[in-house]
Amino acid sequence: MDVSGRPLMSRLDLDTVLSWVPEGSRVLDLGCGDGAFLARLSEERDAIGVGVDIDPANLVTAVSRGLDVIQEDINDGLHCFTTNRFDVVILAHALQELTHPHIALQRMVDIADEAIVSFPNFGHWSCRLHLGVKGRMPMSRVMPRHWYDTPNIHFCTVMDFDALCSALHIDIIERATIAGPAQHFLGRWFPNLFATSAIYRIRRSGD
Amino acid sequence: MNLSDGSVGLVTPQVAHFDEPFTFSSGAVLHSHELVYETYGQLNHAGDNAVLICHALSGSHHAAGYHSEEDRRPGWWDLAIGPGKPIDTNRLYVVCSNNLGCCDGSSGPNTINPATKEPWGGAFPQPQVKDWVRSQKRLAEHLNIPRWAAVIGGSLGGMQALQWAVDFPDWVEHCIALAAAPGLTAQNIAFNEIARHAILSDPDWCHGDYLAQGKLPTRGVALARMVGHLTYMSADGMSDRFGRELREGSFAPGDNSEWVFQVESYLRHQGARFSTQFDANTYVLMTRALDLFELAADYKSDLVAALSVAEADFLIASFSSDWRFPPQRSIEIRDALLAAGKPVTYANIDTDNGHDGFLLPNPTYEALLSAWMCRVGPS
Repeated sequence: MDVSGRPLMSRLDLDTVLSWVPEGSRVLDLGCGDGAFLARLSEERDAIGVGVDIDPANLVTAVSRGLDVIQEDINDGLHCFTTNRFDVVILAHALQELTHPHIALQRMVDIADEAIVSFPNFGHWSCRLHLGVKGRMPMSRVMPRHWYDTPNIHFCTVMDFDALCSALHIDIIERATIAGPAQHFLGRWFPNLFATSAIYRIRRSGD
Repeated sequence: MNLSDGSVGLVTPQVAHFDEPFTFSSGAVLHSHELVYETYGQLNHAGDNAVLICHALSGSHHAAGYHSEEDRRPGWWDLAIGPGKPIDTNRLYVVCSNNLGCCDGSSGPNTINPATKEPWGGAFPQPQVKDWVRSQKRLAEHLNIPRWAAVIGGSLGGMQALQWAVDFPDWVEHCIALAAAPGLTAQNIAFNEIARHAILSDPDWCHGDYLAQGKLPTRGVALARMVGHLTYMSADGMSDRFGRELREGSFAPGDNSEWVFQVESYLRHQGARFSTQFDANTYVLMTRALDLFELAADYKSDLVAALSVAEADFLIASFSSDWRFPPQRSIEIRDALLAAGKPVTYANIDTDNGHDGFLLPNPTYEALLSAWMCRVGPS
């Protein structure tokens, strides 16, 4: 989350996601929005992409970019995607909006060889400060809504995510973090406290 | 005639005559036959801008524009076809033909059987969706069209578009199936049977030979249409449109005059109008063709295997309140396409318009169709 008004972290995490997508991959982008990132993946990584989004306006914009999009609620279980159909499945800054993040994660590592997940880190010191000192649920430019009307219903910390992967027998291939410029190295060394966002490459254990 | 909204304007139906025999799936043979069709826009030199529109149960070749200056109603899909419209006739060459066995000019039960010099009546062979696809391929060759940039249809027309993509993969570059299904359910077949039963019970049915006997089973056809029409609308859409409004009579105490609800009046009007315009035998044949349709029939009922042979990019759309071919049926098609690794876009349009949603204005639907059609034809 970006409390100081710098470029939104969700844009920065996409650069990392992009760098992790191999050239020419078959990519599934869950919560693809208006398809801007999927279009970028197709241009810069020669990816063959499919988007999933529930919003009709997003769907029309994504289709007008020449993309294939499936209107579907990720919470419904992603049953339409058969096992191992994709090289990479992406869930960028949408984990916290899901009804059952753990079910989605499990399904993602089944659908694709590799999954890339990014999420805002609720363990960030500013969140702790917000909650600890003010005693109120954190709000920021990235998450400007009140607790009662936010689509973000399942916040977690970097440590929480690590623990969930372990419980689900999901291997973490790589982790990147995003932190404010002053905390760049702190974010790498102490991600749970200093990373505003975390990006994970994960896969089913044993693959 | 209203030319203010990007209409293709005045159009004239054309007739293609075929002298080579046409064999139906049933084995029945027509020694010669005719297909009536309309075209909008111009076929380019490369022949890569041709789009085929497949009509639904009661549709015809008249998909867009007007037949005369006095014509008050445009073709059945004028919403989508025309200059600047989603199926843009400024750059695409659009073809729509009346299916074999229908009653709007193509060889069918109401045309003359050359062997008997009498109307075919009940003797016209039962066509199936795949027969229509083969007959349309002949039409395409007749028009010097090398392959379709897109085959598009809604409801039965959507099933036909899918059948095209499976039966002639190298002919179909893009395929749009709206409010369609991979096959009919028992409930679908049951409704069709009620419609047929209504027609066959009409004393003027005459075993299908009513034309030769100078009669018309209008009561049966009207009832069939009323039942059919009901399945095209949603409960919410009907409540919004008709509610419990009376057209005749009143709810006043003591007033026992004849009550006619608006919805009754509407259904009666739809039935009556249809019963004089649509051929009873055709209605029987068309509903039967629907019953018999199964996209994966040649693939041991394996929809993924059937769609695996297709080479088209697909747009599959359903309409949220459609209960004739509900979203779940389109989702079956979508999921089979995904499993087969085919390019597919899927949308479930939020609407109260029911099954008729694919024919009626809706901003999201029209925007989606326009956006998707940009990938069809030469860029």
